[in-house]
Amino acid sequence: MSALLEVQELRTHFFTRAGVVKAVERVSFALARGEILGLVGESGSGKTVTGFSLIGLVDPPGRIVSGSIRFDGHELVGLPTAEMRKLRGKRIAMVFQDPAATLNPVLTIGTQMMLAVQAHGGGSERAGRDLAARTLARVGIPEAASRLDAYPHEFSGGMRQRVAIATALLHGPELIIADEPTTALDVSIQAQILAEMKQLAKQSGTALIWISHDLATVSSLADRVMVMYAGRIVESGPVSTVLRSPLHPYTRGLLDSLPAMAKPGQKLNQIPGSTPSLLSLPPGCPFAPRCSRADVLCATDPPSVTLPGRLALCHHPLMAAA
Amino acid sequence: MSGAILSAERVTRRFTPHITLGDRIALALGAKVDRRPVQAVTDVSLAVTQGETLGLVGESGCGKSTLGRMLAGILAPSEGAVRLSGAAPMRGRHKITTRIQTVFQDPFASLNPRMRIGETIAEGPIAHGFCTRAAAPAMVAEWLSRVGLDPAFAQRFPHQFSGGQRQRVAIARALAMQPEVLVCDEPVASLDVSIQAQILNLFLELRQDLGLTCLFISHDLSVVRHVSDRVAVMYLGRIVELGEAAKVYTAPRHPYTQGLLESVPKLMLDSNAALAFRPIMGELPSPLSPPPGCTFHPRCPKATELCRTERPPLSVREDGTLLACHHA
Repeated sequence: MSALLEVQELRTHFFTRAGVVKAVERVSFALARGEILGLVGESGSGKTVTGFSLIGLVDPPGRIVSGSIRFDGHELVGLPTAEMRKLRGKRIAMVFQDPAATLNPVLTIGTQMMLAVQAHGGGSERAGRDLAARTLARVGIPEAASRLDAYPHEFSGGMRQRVAIATALLHGPELIIADEPTTALDVSIQAQILAEMKQLAKQSGTALIWISHDLATVSSLADRVMVMYAGRIVESGPVSTVLRSPLHPYTRGLLDSLPAMAKPGQKLNQIPGSTPSLLSLPPGCPFAPRCSRADVLCATDPPSVTLPGRLALCHHPLMAAA
Repeated sequence: MSGAILSAERVTRRFTPHITLGDRIALALGAKVDRRPVQAVTDVSLAVTQGETLGLVGESGCGKSTLGRMLAGILAPSEGAVRLSGAAPMRGRHKITTRIQTVFQDPFASLNPRMRIGETIAEGPIAHGFCTRAAAPAMVAEWLSRVGLDPAFAQRFPHQFSGGQRQRVAIARALAMQPEVLVCDEPVASLDVSIQAQILNLFLELRQDLGLTCLFISHDLSVVRHVSDRVAVMYLGRIVELGEAAKVYTAPRHPYTQGLLESVPKLMLDSNAALAFRPIMGELPSPLSPPPGCTFHPRCPKATELCRTERPPLSVREDGTLLACHHA
């Protein structure tokens, strides 16, 4: 199967007064049509900037320094803004974390969705409204047609996120990038949306990049997972394999940090220290200062360890468990 | 209950909206202004036993923080009473005990940005005479090292710390008052997973060393399971199930508890395990107009006519679990 999206050696840096923040450093991956990819990491790991880079939304002082993003054979890095706008919202769509901040509070849901329809030449107003209503119904909003005249504040958080997802789905995109779309929601609402997303992706054959800090959410949704740390993808592979026998000590540490993985009341196997500042990364492996397996070798750039379908960036991968 | 140190007796808390100048003008012009009070907590009774950790879980808006604030003695109930070893922790609107301390969710908002953290930690103990001004630096240094921070950090300001470090400061500040009861309101909700594990470990360790009694409030079911002896599940201002953590988690009996536990994404370690979400349908009703009867009935798969008309009381079952359901 040919890949829908191919990212190679992507580097996105922010040129701030304090120095160069290497938010995304040499990220490479491929995504097939219809595939669900989970992108996991803690705050500041570069997962959101990776998503923004793909859809061309990195603002100054940040920019893509080098690398290539090929979408359906077309190079996106260096694409003129006007060309990018033709793709964005049409063939690649994005769902953001906070639906209260991404919806315009003074426009009705219908108006906002119409704007998205017309941005890509959506035909008559009647047809646009029909499309909007049908898409809202697909994401589980009852009485969708009458809800088009409502304002965002009349919706609950879960319903607003459904509106955002519906807006992303309007043009039947080939790729949706969802950045922490359920983080702001309660678990019962999150479960509803996860179930719906999984079904929508399956029905429409849309590829999905699901950015999240929550391993459990990703494991219940994604086919493949990529773990980011300090701007790099430190491990990737099929979700169940990576979670069952991680190669990278950081992935192992993240899993052991979850209370769900320990016996109640037992001490959790914590990772010492905290994430390094992206302004002053240690030389070599950025995880080395927190890693129990680190030695002198880790002061040099870690090599890629590859197993069939899997990859880890480590001098001392947990091979025994694999 | 024997050994109850902190208890709530049929507490209810209502919040009445303030009438602003704008509202007055709108009212004078004949517009409608919503002045209905919101009942955040309704008729809740519970007791925290000496030495235990009681977990309080529920989704946003269920009243868990309001209940926590009443139990912490920083919010007066509209009805009912809170008792700390038999005495009221508040007089009027003022807290009159130091035996309960609180750790809040957001360590960015709960620490004074203009105070050095050494001053923040020492302020309470000095004001209450637990510590002299001269002895304060030593006391601060001891607490900082107990929560895993460098004692030299006492001279720093909150903005110089990461979220996890700030939460350690907040814990040190609470514990420096030598409380018997610690109320933790979402203490790890804003932290990354690896930092969350560090803070949970610190909490478990200090709780044991100091013999603390705790009320631990969180929306995260796995965190609550990890630290709690007993768990209370809240829905729309009421407790629907309360029992031993192991029982509530392995054999939940209230349909809401069952649905909530089903909704939590689990780590799928087995690739063949199909996604088996059975999410709770619908959304949380508005606390402004709670449904009649059992407040969960519009979302409950087991609801019958009885549930629509009559509210099930919270009653003790044979194994000691408290349940508010006609059909469980």
